Amino acid sequence: MGRPLIHRSPMPGLGLSMGITLTMLSLVVLLPIGALLLKGANYGLAGIWDTVNRERVWAALELSFRLSLFAALFNLVFGVLLAWVLVRYRFPGRRLLDAAVDLPFALPTAVAGISLTALYAPNGAFGALAAEIGWKIAYTQWGIFIALVFVGLPFVTRTVQPVIEEIEREVEEASATLGASRLYTLRHVILPMLTPAALTGFALALARAVGEYGSVIFIAGNIPLVTEIAPLLIIIQLEEFDYDAAAAIGIAMLLISFAMLLVINLIQVWSRRRIGYV
Amino acid sequence: MSDATRTEARPRFRPATQESPAARLTLIAVACVGLTILVFAPLVAVFIEALADGVGASLQSLASPDARDAIRLTLTIAAISVPLNAIFGVAAAWFITKFDFRGKAFLITLIDLPFSVSPVVAGLCIVLMFGTNSLIGGWLVANGFPVVFALPGIILATMFVTFPFVARELIPVMIEQGRAEEEVALTLGASGWRVFWTVTLPNIRWALLYGVLLCNARAMGEFGAVAVVSGKIRGETATIPTTIEMLYQEYLAVAAFSLAAVLTLLALVTLLLKTLLELRHADQLAATHRH
Repeated sequence: MGRPLIHRSPMPGLGLSMGITLTMLSLVVLLPIGALLLKGANYGLAGIWDTVNRERVWAALELSFRLSLFAALFNLVFGVLLAWVLVRYRFPGRRLLDAAVDLPFALPTAVAGISLTALYAPNGAFGALAAEIGWKIAYTQWGIFIALVFVGLPFVTRTVQPVIEEIEREVEEASATLGASRLYTLRHVILPMLTPAALTGFALALARAVGEYGSVIFIAGNIPLVTEIAPLLIIIQLEEFDYDAAAAIGIAMLLISFAMLLVINLIQVWSRRRIGYV
Repeated sequence: MSDATRTEARPRFRPATQESPAARLTLIAVACVGLTILVFAPLVAVFIEALADGVGASLQSLASPDARDAIRLTLTIAAISVPLNAIFGVAAAWFITKFDFRGKAFLITLIDLPFSVSPVVAGLCIVLMFGTNSLIGGWLVANGFPVVFALPGIILATMFVTFPFVARELIPVMIEQGRAEEEVALTLGASGWRVFWTVTLPNIRWALLYGVLLCNARAMGEFGAVAVVSGKIRGETATIPTTIEMLYQEYLAVAAFSLAAVLTLLALVTLLLKTLLELRHADQLAATHRH
């Protein structure tokens, strides 16, 4: 390749900024992740598989990914709806709602965890209501689902909002002039334009939910095989000083979430190509 | 017939690019009810639970040694990790936006990596690298500098999970602003540092503040990664979030929720400042925040 690694530039500070960037990136992020991968390499693929293939680990991984998927799907639908309402409609309290969307980003997960538990426990405000119809939320998989919906709430709304703002009204007018009903325009004109951004938000919410720990452990009940999430299992292994097993579960989680992000990226590329712009 | 009645009798047309009023009302109602249940209810619940035994009991629990140590430790951690991440963010944004080099997209992906890694896995990585069983960790402990179950480990874990915040905020802003102003200053003979302090920094200061704000909120509230590396030793390595967990599991609900209320107030102040920045300095923030 004839291209130089770094183009000559009159800008000052190349050495300093590159030095700080690469040193800190290595120290804080890359070397620790490398330590995990090295541990996994020493343990061997067979060892990792033996650890993951235990009933309890398998159940935890399956639970984490299944509920994260459901929560991200809920957030996909609700997030697009919320973005549409916040951008297109004017009503009292809109600014407050807009600011509230970011609360799950700003509120520490442990706080969210104990607060949701207080609400949804059988003696809590919502828990008592649900108990009347015989629906138990806290300490069941429903509780985990609600915590994951909470932490993933802002992602889809925040990625879709700017796209809705950019939509030219002429597009909708053209569609209406050609005889399309409003519903038809929304489904066949607006929705395809929002799809790539919505999928990005969906992927971010999913990644966040899979790794979530703080908001979930309080409301989950943490019963092995039923409501025990994968990150908690890592902590349990660490407390038993079984570093190999902890590393194996950690690597399995990394691999599965990277694979999911890859699939979603491919879907995004496909949906961008389908609607004809990049 | 008067004019007024004629206006009333006129059929009302709805623009073809709007939903019917009924549909709009339904959507707004769904959004309001959804956010009330999902966001406002947990927010209010924190304060109701914290004040369950009155303001006095709540304040008293905040004055306990456990709570005071936790608050001091959390402030220390934020005071060290946030400035370090801010320096990294500025340096990375400068490197990425002022120079052209191969592998730029890959570098940005690496910087974003902590967002797709579970905080628990992040903590695990640090334990594996610096724990007493590891090569580096063993040597450090032998030389009287333990990282895991001590302050350096907590700071590293905090920095890991908040790593991309500042850089992510600055990079789009600096790309948009381009290099022309800096180039002019250089042509006029300004030194590199002078260009940074008098040209670049004033242009990015609100975006920098925005990133630092979010970074700080996350640093003070981080739980998963810190829980793994800290060992949760009372008075030594218990931060506010890990102390909340300990108090909660000892059924000291008022004490747990009082500390939680402190963090919630911090979150609310963060959101308020963030909203103000978005309103007043939108032109200097990344485009996605302008709404």
